[in-house]
Amino acid sequence: MTATRRAADTFILVLVMLAVWQALHQIAGETALPAPIPTLSYLVHNVATRRFAENAATTVEEFVYALVLAYAIGLAIGVWMGAHRLAGAVGEPILVALYSLPKIVLYPVVLLIFGLGISGKVTFGAMHGILPVALLTMGAIRAIPPVYLRAARTLRLSPGETIANVLLPAALPEVFTGLRIGFSVTLLGVLLGEMFASKQGLGSMIMTDMQLLQGEEMMTVTIVLFAFAAIANAVLLWIEHRLHRRV
Amino acid sequence: MTRVGLIRLAVIAAAIGALELACRLGLINHRTIIPPSEMASTLWTLLASGAINADIQRTLGMIALVIALSVVLGFVAGLVIHALPRVREALDPFFATYYAVPIFIFYPVLIAIFGLSIMPIVLIGVATAIVAMIIATLNGLDRVPRVLTKVARVHRLGRIKTAVTLQLPAAAPYLFTGVKLAVSYAFIAVVAAEFILSPAGLGRDIADAYADFNNRRMYALILFLLIIATLLNSALHALDLRWAARRTGGRP
Repeated sequence: MTATRRAADTFILVLVMLAVWQALHQIAGETALPAPIPTLSYLVHNVATRRFAENAATTVEEFVYALVLAYAIGLAIGVWMGAHRLAGAVGEPILVALYSLPKIVLYPVVLLIFGLGISGKVTFGAMHGILPVALLTMGAIRAIPPVYLRAARTLRLSPGETIANVLLPAALPEVFTGLRIGFSVTLLGVLLGEMFASKQGLGSMIMTDMQLLQGEEMMTVTIVLFAFAAIANAVLLWIEHRLHRRV
Repeated sequence: MTRVGLIRLAVIAAAIGALELACRLGLINHRTIIPPSEMASTLWTLLASGAINADIQRTLGMIALVIALSVVLGFVAGLVIHALPRVREALDPFFATYYAVPIFIFYPVLIAIFGLSIMPIVLIGVATAIVAMIIATLNGLDRVPRVLTKVARVHRLGRIKTAVTLQLPAAAPYLFTGVKLAVSYAFIAVVAAEFILSPAGLGRDIADAYADFNNRRMYALILFLLIIATLLNSALHALDLRWAARRTGGRP
């Protein structure tokens, strides 16, 4: 498929979504859902306002902490369970079961432990990201040809060197898939955390706007988050494809 | 049971036992986490009293409705999109990004449009679950052997008859993957929506108990939802294994 055709497809898709939005606006009315064009002009004028900037800064801060935690813990669990056969066999079904649980029901527990501040939302975001990172890292390490490990043993590499120089480079493309999925679910976790019992962040901004009938601002924040997630995913996918081709 | 299974059971039992011990010894504040045994006994009392029956019915009914809508509509949408290659090509980037964006942030928008009723919950549930079913249907149809479509043409079967008698069974294993995903997405979306903002339901119940500092009730309800989710997932997993066995066992 040519690039122009692909761009045309994406353009048509965006047009269709705008049309659906316009149609919903006609049904729902002005206060509930403003029309696309007024909202987009609102977006251009107000994205730089102080209120938006402050909330966005909170969300970014929480997201970065949550992502670092999710990646660090997820990679550690994944490497351990991938390299240690018994740990992997025992742990994998537990991780899979935890992965498919609705983590939102555990949010009150997180709030009771960490309080209503930033640490609760960071923990909740990280909880979402750890599992896919761990599961995909484990799978990637298990798929490494045993001859690589034998070579590492022949060269008398220490466990640390083996992880850094053999295991991670060989497993990188699949591990990166885990990091990409971890990125999106951690973002979702942080936003969910902000939507409940929180006064700061873009997630709570959407909830407040909904209660105060600030349709334009609500749609603006939603679109900004949507666009951020879509663009970030596109970039990560592009890197992932390059990594896969390199191997 | 295998050795690995026994170790796994021991690990889980040890984790629950450690939590129980830490709570009983006062290492964990009673206002933060209550002992697991207390969670279970409170849940038992709640279930026996029938106090949460209405909410259980409401939540599970909503999940069932979302699953049914997503699976049926997703399969039909998958059939239609599969028949139109040009549309499918255009939708590919959409499918590739769908689960990477937080769809759930549209929930407040849906409340603004439809008001605080079951409508936004059902819609956000279907929006979350249906795309997995569409993608699974497309995947499955891609793998229907060409010879079957030829047979359908030889027998002059109509579109719907071809879909029901040939494509549906041939694509079944892939469709089942879609159903499995739809079930867990429906569960997560409905409970999350109820928890964030809704007139009733188990998710709302947990949020209320949290706000009232009613830890016993909150932990009992959390335990209940975790048990239901685990049962549902293991049932689907068992079904999946059985199907896989039949698929490989059926062929020489």
